[in-house]
Amino acid sequence: MGFFENIVLALGNLRANKMRSLLTMLGIIIGIAAVIAIETIGSSMTGAVTDSMSGLGVSNITVSLTQKSEEDSSGGFFGGGVALRLFMDSSPSDSDLLTDAMVEEYMAAFPDTVAAVQKTLQVGSATLDKYGDSGTTITASVSGVNRAVLNELDGDTPLLAGRWLRDDDGDRRICVVSEKFVEQTMGCSNTEAVGQRVTLNISGMPYAFYVAGVYTYDDESASMFGSTDDDAIQTEMYIPLDTARAITGTAAGYESLTVQVAGGVDINDFVTTTGEFFSSYYTRNDTWTVEASSLSSMVEELTSMLSTISLGISAIAAISLLVGGIGVMNIMTVSVTERTREIGTRKALGAPNTAIRLQFITEAVVLCLLGGAIGVALGVAIGAALAAFVGFAARASLTAIAVAVGFSMAIGVFFGYYPANKAAKLDPIEALRYE
Amino acid sequence: MQDPKTFAAHVAQAIETGRPAAGQPGAPRLLIDMRGIRKSYYVGQPNELEILHGIDLQVYEGEFIAIVGESGSGKSTLMNIIGVLDKPTAGAYTLDGIDIHAANDKELAAIRNRKIGFVFQTYNLIGRQSALKNVELPMLYAGVPGPERARRAADWLGRVGMGERMKHQPNELSGGQKQRVAIARAMVNDPAIILADEPTGALDSQTSRVVMDLFREMNERYHKTIVLITHNQNLAEECGRVLTLLDGRIVAQRKGAGRRGVL
Repeated sequence: MGFFENIVLALGNLRANKMRSLLTMLGIIIGIAAVIAIETIGSSMTGAVTDSMSGLGVSNITVSLTQKSEEDSSGGFFGGGVALRLFMDSSPSDSDLLTDAMVEEYMAAFPDTVAAVQKTLQVGSATLDKYGDSGTTITASVSGVNRAVLNELDGDTPLLAGRWLRDDDGDRRICVVSEKFVEQTMGCSNTEAVGQRVTLNISGMPYAFYVAGVYTYDDESASMFGSTDDDAIQTEMYIPLDTARAITGTAAGYESLTVQVAGGVDINDFVTTTGEFFSSYYTRNDTWTVEASSLSSMVEELTSMLSTISLGISAIAAISLLVGGIGVMNIMTVSVTERTREIGTRKALGAPNTAIRLQFITEAVVLCLLGGAIGVALGVAIGAALAAFVGFAARASLTAIAVAVGFSMAIGVFFGYYPANKAAKLDPIEALRYE
Repeated sequence: MQDPKTFAAHVAQAIETGRPAAGQPGAPRLLIDMRGIRKSYYVGQPNELEILHGIDLQVYEGEFIAIVGESGSGKSTLMNIIGVLDKPTAGAYTLDGIDIHAANDKELAAIRNRKIGFVFQTYNLIGRQSALKNVELPMLYAGVPGPERARRAADWLGRVGMGERMKHQPNELSGGQKQRVAIARAMVNDPAIILADEPTGALDSQTSRVVMDLFREMNERYHKTIVLITHNQNLAEECGRVLTLLDGRIVAQRKGAGRRGVL
């Protein structure tokens, strides 16, 4: 009895009992669908994150201030101060900030490893009137940056006219804007814009800036955050660090820094070293410390979080699959009983026990595989729908699908064996006499 | 194919002397050779029950014999042993030269497949499968390749007059049609013997006539050895030889009329 005949036979028998087969497959469908859905969401998410971050340079380490956890500072795990502390110390005071001195010491300590340290100071959003339409306002987010930040920007969005800011620009009121900004608020060519004056409204105060340079507007990174509607463009404007400090009135410090690591350095090792270096400044600070992270460490964290979630879902799915498998065993036992006479006839016609066993195992496997296939389809659909809802491009995890198919096959063999063996061992005389 | 007259003479001689006319040209083959067959159930237990008390039976190639007996006479047990569905407790059984005692389960299945064609009272066709697929079944277990299977199955369905209904499923066929499909299924692997257990038991007399004629055709035209088990005396009368089974013993053996009668 050939393999192909067994499959045709199995499909025929399943078709004859459509409703029963479907109900039996339900446990397997749910189990497989759950796993595939979570895996699809997971791989879509990691894929989207990896994609969007690959452009941002993987050789960067982010150094940022974080609050020390309760255990670290006082040792009391059940201390009632957690909530209080969160409210009281939600932002660091000036003395807690990372300073230029620290950065210099850091760069001196690792001269060959650190390529540059990017310093950024968020000023906030600035509004100004749209060109030729004073009724509409354009919003741009303003940040003070050093040259290292702009050097990296130059790779993705090169300068079109004028110059980037320099570290010796001091507190001059100059800025670098995007071509979109020029188009929307100045209504002239990029070259003409250089040297012109713009008035920005930052937290209610008008500030005059001169345009030093115009850079390429990146449509893609803008559309990631929402509408590409002209009135709601998202554009970044860069000003010198000291200028930003003067406007915001903050001390010479940063809540976070970005370290550009030189090529050929193992970034994962250096993340730890960097973290330890900066933390050493904060050993006596009660509330604040420094954490360093790189993109790869963030992706790792995300992946481990996702795998924890999928482990939980897999555990639930495993129970569903187990129950589904028992359902398959149950229905196969019923099927063997119903078809006792058929089994007897087959044996009388010369079917060896192995052929009977194979026939019923094949039927169980086909049942499970069909359930698995429906589960995979359903899971991918649910996963894709959820991923689309959150805003990621759906990516089915091929490994998960392969594992799901293999697993449902294994369930078929495992839970199909007992009833199939029961069929194979039937006494042909008894079976032929069965009513 | 031998000359029917010489063949019949040889068979008659062999039956009378109890052994085959060995060495003679055209000597018939001894297909079933049973000596002192006993069958007991619950062996070794207090309620041990012996159903067959020493059966001696020789059937030669080309014979059409009937085994008659009331229910409880051991007919079914004997049929199961002839059909190698069951092994005797004691005695020797050689089927077409094969010693049944030496065979294991797998070999017994192969013997049933190649040497015996079963025809049951209740047809036992596989439901939801076309007549063609049903007839293909014994060849499936014999490992006959697909196209050859379909060709031979269609050929035999044509010979039993079911050529027009090959694609029908058993539930779309009448009792007589089902039995014709079953006969085609029994013939398709060219077995040594056809073993028919009350083949007309569920049919009216008109249909019985058709089925019986088909058996006669298989015997006369295709020279197939047929063992018919029945409790119907009229049916038995049409066979070449009639054995009467009573309480687990063959109590009478006589020649049948061998011609068509009223059923």
